[in-house]
Amino acid sequence: MEAKTLFDKIWDSHVVKEVEGGPSVLYIDRHFIHEVTSPVAFLGLEKRGAKVLRPEKTVATPDHNVPTINQHLSIKDELSRNQVEMLKKNCANHGIVYHGLGTEGHGVVHIIGPEMGITQPGMTIVCGDSHTSTHGAFGAIAFGIGTSEVEMVLASQCIMQPKPKKMLITVNGQLSKGVTAKDIALYIISKISTSGGTGHFIEYAGSAITSLSMEARMTLCNLSIESGARGGMIAPDETTIEYVKGRQFAPKGQDWDKAVAYWKSLKTDEGAVFDTELVYDAADIEPMITYGTNPGMGIGVSQSIPTSDGLAGTDKTTYEKALKYMGYSEGEKMVGKQIDYVFVGSCTNGRIEDFRAFAAFVKGKKKADNVTAWIVPGSQAVEKQIRAEGLVEILEAAGFELRQPGCSACLAMNDDKIPEGKYSVSTSNRNFEGRQGPGARTLLASPLTAAAAAVKGVITDPREFL
Amino acid sequence: MSYDKFITLTSTAVPLPIENIDTDQIIPARFLKAVERKGFGDNLFRDWRYDKSNQPIADFPLNQAKYSGKILVGGKNFGSGSSREHAAWAIYDYGFRVVVSSFFADIFQGNALNNGILPVVVSPEFLEKIFATIDADNNAQFEVDLQNQKFTIKATGESADFTINPYKKHCLTHGLDDIDYLISMKEEIAAFEK
Ligand code: SF4
Repeated sequence: MEAKTLFDKIWDSHVVKEVEGGPSVLYIDRHFIHEVTSPVAFLGLEKRGAKVLRPEKTVATPDHNVPTINQHLSIKDELSRNQVEMLKKNCANHGIVYHGLGTEGHGVVHIIGPEMGITQPGMTIVCGDSHTSTHGAFGAIAFGIGTSEVEMVLASQCIMQPKPKKMLITVNGQLSKGVTAKDIALYIISKISTSGGTGHFIEYAGSAITSLSMEARMTLCNLSIESGARGGMIAPDETTIEYVKGRQFAPKGQDWDKAVAYWKSLKTDEGAVFDTELVYDAADIEPMITYGTNPGMGIGVSQSIPTSDGLAGTDKTTYEKALKYMGYSEGEKMVGKQIDYVFVGSCTNGRIEDFRAFAAFVKGKKKADNVTAWIVPGSQAVEKQIRAEGLVEILEAAGFELRQPGCSACLAMNDDKIPEGKYSVSTSNRNFEGRQGPGARTLLASPLTAAAAAVKGVITDPREFL
Repeated sequence: MSYDKFITLTSTAVPLPIENIDTDQIIPARFLKAVERKGFGDNLFRDWRYDKSNQPIADFPLNQAKYSGKILVGGKNFGSGSSREHAAWAIYDYGFRVVVSSFFADIFQGNALNNGILPVVVSPEFLEKIFATIDADNNAQFEVDLQNQKFTIKATGESADFTINPYKKHCLTHGLDDIDYLISMKEEIAAFEK
């Protein structure tokens, strides 16, 4: 039998039909929707007079637009409120489960899926949001889609997709102190750039990867899209199975045993071929921070901003534009630079482990006076857990206040906007111009590096404290 | 969704010689609150086009009268970042039908094709040639021939072949979309589910 990759196994078992000279018709097991990229899809569906084919396979939650304080009140911004209400209405009309604001199941779409056990190994999962790659941590094929494709899935539970190329990224060895999954991801993207993964689906492997927790794996797979890849995945193992076990929508009884047996078969066969293979050594990775306006512009926090030597033409002007936007110069050290905001949250780093790490770091310390911090749990369940573990008290004693779940300052569609020109150390995933508000300057980092910056008021190497 | 059929197009082009143009720049998040796909063109490249007080920024190409046309030419890795289809809607709504670059992000490329926009990939060298041609003559004409998959600089006759998936080509030239096709597959899908 032909040796297959993990990706091939799942992909091939979901192809309904190969279109002559075209993309494959791929069956989708789970579809997540939110308020921003779904309304036009429902509108399109209605115009065609079509129905949602399998409403039970779609799950909805409003996350992009929602406020992170006073969620019990009606949303102030009229357009945001309208989008959220539209989602609720569309779900009611089409029989789709809707996890509304303030309810137990509410949260950022990529956080609630895994939490409830909806996300499982071997599945195909899509959502009108590029960070759907998060779910790949379970050994699923998960990727972001556009609104036309949301409409396709609603109408047919299928999508038309060309089969991507395959990339294997192996990270061997042990991570150093203070280095997290976020740093692995920013390190890889700094090496291969924001287009290095384009056209590919990544599988992550190696001892540094298999020793990661599920939360950390989700952070890593989440950021796959920032390298341009369609998604990233990790073969399911005991860690995966333990995580899924007992969750609300996880298989039960005999179904569970059958599922586990299948999940254990989901790994890349010996001798299977990838289009691209990259190998990194965990020991080379230090806590990372970005200095520019795309996630590929990252360096070790102790390093200096690279010079433009050797760049020419559009490369050079693009580089200069980025540094100008950031208010930085070539060759400057990152450590010691003034910051104004810290944002902890998003589908990248909004899970319980992230708040544990942040709280453990700030315990017994104080937030710097010049820093405004937004600590935003990824979901209601995460918030509940933060409270149950007594982390709120630690955070409050250190001068941090916990907000309510949502995407928040990750894309600043709600009121959580970083003001123009201000510097924000953010655990989110994109440092594009204006991503956190018009004129905002974003520095991507791990929750640990964010914590160090929050207590010192300047960019700080978290290892100083460890 | 329906869009105009695409066959050939001859037009001047608007240059944006910047790399990694992400979809947050094409259409910033705060303009994604509409529930219909109308009017996004006004906010295309909003924060590069207008300053804080909503005044046009003079040196941005879209604000320069000397540049016009239905072809947008961008630096490599065009359309990276967010999957928002609003980016494609904004480009189409503004009046572009073709985007040329040496490299496109995957999701954007798919979204463009699903909305009647043709993404044309050329070599980095040819891309520089296009920029230089526009630089030398703002009214330079370019021809996009989808049938023969050829992009031509009219003044010199230099041309580059581009690739497109045959199925997608068929959809573009006939103004068809995937959704009707998938709906027509109902029985095959039901059989697959068993
Ligand atoms: S947290 Fe950010 S990246 Fe994640 S789904 Fe929300 S907006 Fe998208």
